[in-house]
Amino acid sequence: MIDRARVTAQPVALLGPNPTLRMPVEAFDYVAPRSLAEAYAHLGNGRTSLLLAGGTDVIVQLREGRKRCDQLIDLKHIPELMRFGFAPDGTLEVGAAAPLAALYEDAEVLRRVPALVDAASIIGGTAIQSRASLGGNLCNASPAADSSAALMVLGARLLIGSASGTRELPVEELFAGPGVNTLQPSELLVQVRIPPQPPRSGAFYLRFIPRNEMDIAVASAGARLELNATGDRIEGARIALGAVGPTPLMAKAAAEALAGEVPGEEAFARAGELAAGVASPITDMRGSVAQRKRLASVLTVRALRGALQRAREAR
Amino acid sequence: MARTYVQATINGVATDFLCEPRQSLLEVLRDELGLTGTKEGCNNGNCGACSVLLNGRLVNACCVLGVEIDGAEVTTIEGIGNPDRLHPLQQAFLEEAALQCGVCTPGFIVSAKALLDKEPHPDEQRVRYWLAGNLCRCTGYDKIVRAVLKAADDMEPARQ
Ligand SMILES: Cc1cc2nc3c(=O)[nH]c(=O)nc-3n(C[C@H](O)[C@H](O)[C@H](O)COP(=O)(O)OP(=O)(O)OC[C@H]3O[C@@H](n4cnc5c(N)ncnc54)[C@H](O)[C@@H]3O)c2cc1C
Ligand code: FES
Ligand code: FES
Repeated sequence: MIDRARVTAQPVALLGPNPTLRMPVEAFDYVAPRSLAEAYAHLGNGRTSLLLAGGTDVIVQLREGRKRCDQLIDLKHIPELMRFGFAPDGTLEVGAAAPLAALYEDAEVLRRVPALVDAASIIGGTAIQSRASLGGNLCNASPAADSSAALMVLGARLLIGSASGTRELPVEELFAGPGVNTLQPSELLVQVRIPPQPPRSGAFYLRFIPRNEMDIAVASAGARLELNATGDRIEGARIALGAVGPTPLMAKAAAEALAGEVPGEEAFARAGELAAGVASPITDMRGSVAQRKRLASVLTVRALRGALQRAREAR
Repeated sequence: MARTYVQATINGVATDFLCEPRQSLLEVLRDELGLTGTKEGCNNGNCGACSVLLNGRLVNACCVLGVEIDGAEVTTIEGIGNPDRLHPLQQAFLEEAALQCGVCTPGFIVSAKALLDKEPHPDEQRVRYWLAGNLCRCTGYDKIVRAVLKAADDMEPARQ
């Protein structure tokens, strides 16, 4: 018989340090600039940098050896990057490192830009949303990132800053490929700007996952519809797809085909077919090419239905 | 290896420690501070075993760096109730048999506390969605959800 007392009395020291608590193999420095100017100076000091917002992507990537850096620059002590609010012209300006939970808990954001909340409130679970940011979600450049397609249909623009000044970029031009964005090493994303939405318009974002929550999109779609004054014709549309290509994609032809049409199932079904045409998915552990193409069409139709309902409520 | 000096308030106690920038808050709590109530499961943000409160917000300690908590307040499972006076959530977990192996339990209690601090009367669906980032391999979740709802009820008179 096993002597239980002896087994449990085994000194922990014999087992050594917990072998599974792994830290990144390579050490790095941590800096926490208090201003953008200070952050730009760190970016320009010749060392390899990574930026740290909520850390829900980058800390895991460093630990797993998928990324490395000499210095990690924490953005959360820079006030401009943590703030969000509506400018006098109605633009929602979101600091790149502001946590998603703060954003979607804001009643005004929910009322005025519900499609952003569709995306922000499904990224990870509660603990992830306490830290994860739009800036991190976008700059990490996953084709499946939930905020991308939502921000693309909302016509969001990005304020990019560096020591030599600022520039603006439509959000869809940030993505270069899986995990790769178009920022220069000297640059960082300062703000996500969502312009005031057209009158009589509504936008909606959704994804397909096999679970109810806490999963990465197999495919996703966002849509925005603008109605005419009488509400019986579509004046304009935007459609974007996630996780069906190397970057999130705008489905231009599908959106253009909706202009002038009667809002409803017939037009939406055709837009869904056209949207599936731009999808160039891969087969991986989350889904197959055929499934993702089919999903691009189905999710486009559902996003359009959601957008139509919101557009009608806005009238 | 260069270590950084960090000062924080942990479970209400002013605490200082040295750590490497690459060490997670989870490693700091367990290996540097001996607070082993916070568990490691996946070490990548998916399981919630390492749930702690950082300035009142629920976070995964494995996805936070130790150096990031300088000046912050952290609450771990050690700061919730004590053996003589269990928190209503801890009492309810016992009464509802909401744990088996117990590895996920500290995370669930911390996560559920964050919910009840914010919303004293969540419904079942709200509890399930809130706890979606906490995984349990043993219980099948129903007992955990029941325990959280019971704790919410039990805490009612205390609030008045
Ligand atoms: C358990 C779990 C579940 C998840 N679920 C989802 C999900 O459902 N949907 C989803 O889309 N994602 C999901 N993610 C991924 C991740 O949480 C999101 O992408 C999140 O929004 C990243 O934001 P962050 O602030 O944590 O980024 P960080 O990890 O801090 O940064 C991400 C990357 O962006 C760079 N970066 C950050 N800020 C800037 C900036 N201002 N300028 C330039 N570069 C910058 C960083 O250097 C890094 O390379 C999940 C992650 C985990 C761990
Ligand atoms: S150990 Fe942190 S979420 Fe699993
Ligand atoms: S009780 Fe064993 S994992 Fe939850």
